[in-house]
Amino acid sequence: MSQQVEPLDVEALREDFPILQREVNGTDLVYLDNAATTQTPEQVIGAITDYYRNYNANVHRGIHQLSQEASIAYEEAHDRVAEFIGAAGREEIVFTKNTTESMNLVAYAWGLNELGPGDEVVLTEMEHHASLVTWQQIAKRTGADCKYIPITDEGRLDMDAARELITDDTAMVSAVHVSNTLGTINPVSELADIAHDHDAYMFVDAAQSVPNRPVDVEAIDADFLAFSGHKMAGPTGIGVLYGKEHILEEMEPYLYGGDMILKVTFEDATWNELPWKFEAGTPNICEGIALAAACDYLDDIGMEAIQRHEAELAEYAYDRLTEWDDVEVYGPPADDRGGLVAFNVEGLHAHDLSSILNDYGVAIRAGDHCTQPLHDVLGTAASARASFYLYNTKEEVDELVDAVDEARELFS
Amino acid sequence: MGPGTDMYRQQILDHYKNPRNYGELEDADIEHVGENPMCGDTIKMFLKLADDGDTIAGVSFIGDGCAISQASASMLSGELRGKSLEEVRGMEREDIEEMLGVDLSPMRVKCAVLAEKVAKDGIAIHQGDKDLEETTTE
Repeated sequence: MSQQVEPLDVEALREDFPILQREVNGTDLVYLDNAATTQTPEQVIGAITDYYRNYNANVHRGIHQLSQEASIAYEEAHDRVAEFIGAAGREEIVFTKNTTESMNLVAYAWGLNELGPGDEVVLTEMEHHASLVTWQQIAKRTGADCKYIPITDEGRLDMDAARELITDDTAMVSAVHVSNTLGTINPVSELADIAHDHDAYMFVDAAQSVPNRPVDVEAIDADFLAFSGHKMAGPTGIGVLYGKEHILEEMEPYLYGGDMILKVTFEDATWNELPWKFEAGTPNICEGIALAAACDYLDDIGMEAIQRHEAELAEYAYDRLTEWDDVEVYGPPADDRGGLVAFNVEGLHAHDLSSILNDYGVAIRAGDHCTQPLHDVLGTAASARASFYLYNTKEEVDELVDAVDEARELFS
Repeated sequence: MGPGTDMYRQQILDHYKNPRNYGELEDADIEHVGENPMCGDTIKMFLKLADDGDTIAGVSFIGDGCAISQASASMLSGELRGKSLEEVRGMEREDIEEMLGVDLSPMRVKCAVLAEKVAKDGIAIHQGDKDLEETTTE
């Protein structure tokens, strides 16, 4: 990372997020559940309001002024997202509902048609259910097998094992870029190289990376990459599937209906051009446009600066929490992780901890974080997770740590 | 104590730290286990019936999990003694909330009702109305 990156002016940025002014249980909100969903700045709320106040209309259908304006804004949102992740253009950007739907799109449109007995899908032990369950079930239906790259004691991918597991039988490698539980930053570019050496595709689950660091699909050489708008200062209901154009071109549609067709007769239909071939029916127009506004917002701040800010908070939280012997933080060491810490306090269930933290206005996630098999590997059913974003401060980490201490006292 | 911690009134913490009727009942007439997969809470209930075959004469439980689930099982174990099987089967979520003396957030209700659900399912199996290996709150 560049050393010239200016630190974030967090106090100024916090002014952009009205929700950060609210109170919970009579105390200031400390929002540390950003890996689940991030808060929304005025700039994005403004884009949503602007759409509904001024040019709400269906896209690609009307000749009238409003429809034209909505269509242009919606299409240009694809261009903006393409630019944000280094894709060639809108042809490679399909808007979906969320990361999960992006996964399912490829699993159904490509996997069901291309996978069969003898084929293998290689995943990691730290996959989110979004990809794990999807590929597991598509494999069952097609007779293909799923294999899992194991994690080391430090919570990293065992890359020697990866090289053994990815073979000429591998059709797809699907790996999470930044683990939503361990905070591990995975070498997805290296995995893509290995996959391509065996003529397999590489699918990157970038739900926890695109929001908080520079991600370039061409540098990674990902064949597919997916992420969600609501984890990157955008609204819910909008996700992105990036796919290399020539692959998307060859794939069959996932959903049929209006807008994804070119010509329809009673007997047959032909498909619209990319990306519309994969966007059947009226899409989430407003949310797509708002996602582009979120890209503008994040780029104005600078993705490298956001990455560094999150890494500093995660390192600080890791160091403070591990001062106690009865706290276990999962995943790699403090100085090499994404912006989150999942942990457990001995003798204190994560749900109890989260309930008590809520009394102090501190919002964290507690549970299995949609990584149940990974929690089996970690030997626990649930963990507590604090995850940070550009508007969080060290003082908020201190409030988290103080509240955890209160909970420890209560249960001791 | 902190600003709220309502959910963790002394009573719940006390039952969590010092569970009543904890352990296996050797000569139980009804044994049943259940779990809350999301949290990893598990509860196994043991019920001993009186000679009339309908009144609960002895209760115990074993389990593992969050304070709400374990305290609820501990408190329930005291409540069940002397009740008829039908009375237990007629218990409702409100009864558990009243017993715990707290308002539960929707996310935590599953934890609170696990023991009650296990007891009810165990009785239903005993009476031949249900056939299942394990209760789950999902």
